[in-house]
Amino acid sequence: MTETNAIEARGLVKRYGEKTALDRFDLDVPRGSVCALLGPNGAGKTTAVRLLTTLTRPDAGTARVAGCDIHDDPVGVRRGIGLAAQDATVDELLTGHENLTMIGELHHLGRASARARADVLLEQFSLADTGRKLVRDYSGGMRRRLDLAATLVAAPDLLFLDEPTTGLDPRARSELWTVLDGLVASGATILLTTQYLEEADHLADEIVVIDHGRAIARGDARSLKRQIGGDQLHIVCAHAGDLPAVAEILERVCRAAPAVDRQERSLTVPTDGGPGAVAAVAGELADRAIAVEDLGLRQPTLDDVFLTLTGLPAQDGAQPAHDEIPSEVA
Amino acid sequence: MADVPVPARAARAGRASAAGDTWVIARRGLRHMQRQPEALVDATIQPIMFVLLFAFVFGGAIGVPGGGSYKEFLMGGIFAQTLVFGAFGVAIALANDRRNGAIDRFHSLPIARGSVLGGHAVASLIKSLLPIVLMSITGLIIGWRVHTSAAQVAAAYGLMVAFSFAMVWVGVLLGSVVATPEAVQGVGFVVIFPLTFIATTFVPARSLPEPLRTVAEWNPVSTMSDSLRHLFGNPGGAIHHGGPWPQQHPIGYTVIWIAAIVLLCAPLAVRWYKRSIAG
Repeated sequence: MTETNAIEARGLVKRYGEKTALDRFDLDVPRGSVCALLGPNGAGKTTAVRLLTTLTRPDAGTARVAGCDIHDDPVGVRRGIGLAAQDATVDELLTGHENLTMIGELHHLGRASARARADVLLEQFSLADTGRKLVRDYSGGMRRRLDLAATLVAAPDLLFLDEPTTGLDPRARSELWTVLDGLVASGATILLTTQYLEEADHLADEIVVIDHGRAIARGDARSLKRQIGGDQLHIVCAHAGDLPAVAEILERVCRAAPAVDRQERSLTVPTDGGPGAVAAVAGELADRAIAVEDLGLRQPTLDDVFLTLTGLPAQDGAQPAHDEIPSEVA
Repeated sequence: MADVPVPARAARAGRASAAGDTWVIARRGLRHMQRQPEALVDATIQPIMFVLLFAFVFGGAIGVPGGGSYKEFLMGGIFAQTLVFGAFGVAIALANDRRNGAIDRFHSLPIARGSVLGGHAVASLIKSLLPIVLMSITGLIIGWRVHTSAAQVAAAYGLMVAFSFAMVWVGVLLGSVVATPEAVQGVGFVVIFPLTFIATTFVPARSLPEPLRTVAEWNPVSTMSDSLRHLFGNPGGAIHHGGPWPQQHPIGYTVIWIAAIVLLCAPLAVRWYKRSIAG
């Protein structure tokens, strides 16, 4: 493969009945880089992955993936990629070792080398001790690690990881991040999807924000955060009656109109003033004897990104998730 | 663990071979059977129990046409019923694989076309023949005998393999059309289970009231049972002259059904399967 881009997609469209799951989607992922598709459930992330991995055919558009065209040479694409789907799709009734050996055999490594490769990968993913146990006895984190190992069996040029840490507890998530860091350091090209800005920030060189099947923003984490003004100053008032007064203070100190949530009695405003802004706001609140339950700085969340980019909160279920698509419409 | 080198790409050598890929996926299906106690019971203990229960519970109550041993009458029917139930196995396995993402994983690999369905088909063919072997042995122990030539007995077992092959495609169709493993169970219980009883599986057709009797006479499960009885020289295997056509030509009628199921169901099943995974 001599191309500089591991993925080049142009104008991909996928419709499920009335719903447009992916709408004129373009993507360039340079070799050796990590790209994150960031968006809420149903935004079209999984659909993009399914089209690029040849599991689903697009209604329009083209893509070259791992040097092969998704229309003309889907088997060539599959030979060059590894896919870890949204739910770890390792086989519960096989052992870890049998899972990896089977994948190796289906990559046509030959039985002996497939078994040897399974041993190496189990060792690398700290699964050597449990490699001979059935996967149904594995923890969530172990399944994800095995799933990731399975994508690496044939040493692919390009990895697709669909929400690799969804459903993991914080410890398992940070363990998996360590594994992914190692992959990134070794020069793998990765396309991952996530609902967490923090995860995209941690792992990716470029982030593509998706909403309703469209890419609505692209850039590295810093430039995306700059668009939404870095940190967020967040206040929860003790009394709803104080909300207008506090909003006035925030607008003056941070020079931006805060988002007000009456139900939660909270106000949120982007700021680049750091602790200084917190101190200034705290001083004014104390002078006017306004009681608050919470006051502090926090990192922007996916919701903040969406609020800023679309003026609407990120909404779940805007599109059917893959497993809700009735088979008839395909 | 932090350092996970991406290995050299030298290992990526072989090419897709349909037979090889099919066998890898079939072997997985056989391992599944070994490791699911319910599936293993379905394939081993259940057929033995059926033979023993029917032989000893109904044996005294049901009159065999032309006289003779109910145990010998029973065997043809119980073989046929067991082979029909084989369709469930493949349907449930496919529905499970679709639900838990295994199908997607297979299709993201550079495997030969058709090897996923082929693997399921081969595994379920082997799975449905194991009970046949166990039932034959159980039958022989409790007094079932064959009274015909080796060629006719071989033809009987060949007919069972062919019938089982047809049932695999019924199962693939069922597993592709119906969304969940639970729904497969439902359809199976409502449609397929009665079909194996409104037949000459356990009782002679003439003991059934109309219209059940007509259904039984035209039911391929009946003619399959009667074909086996005929080929084994067991009671109930005598050809009826003057009855409906299927009763006069049980083997021919059964073979027509097998051919029709394979020719119609297999392409339809492949289409529905492709549709069910294309989403």
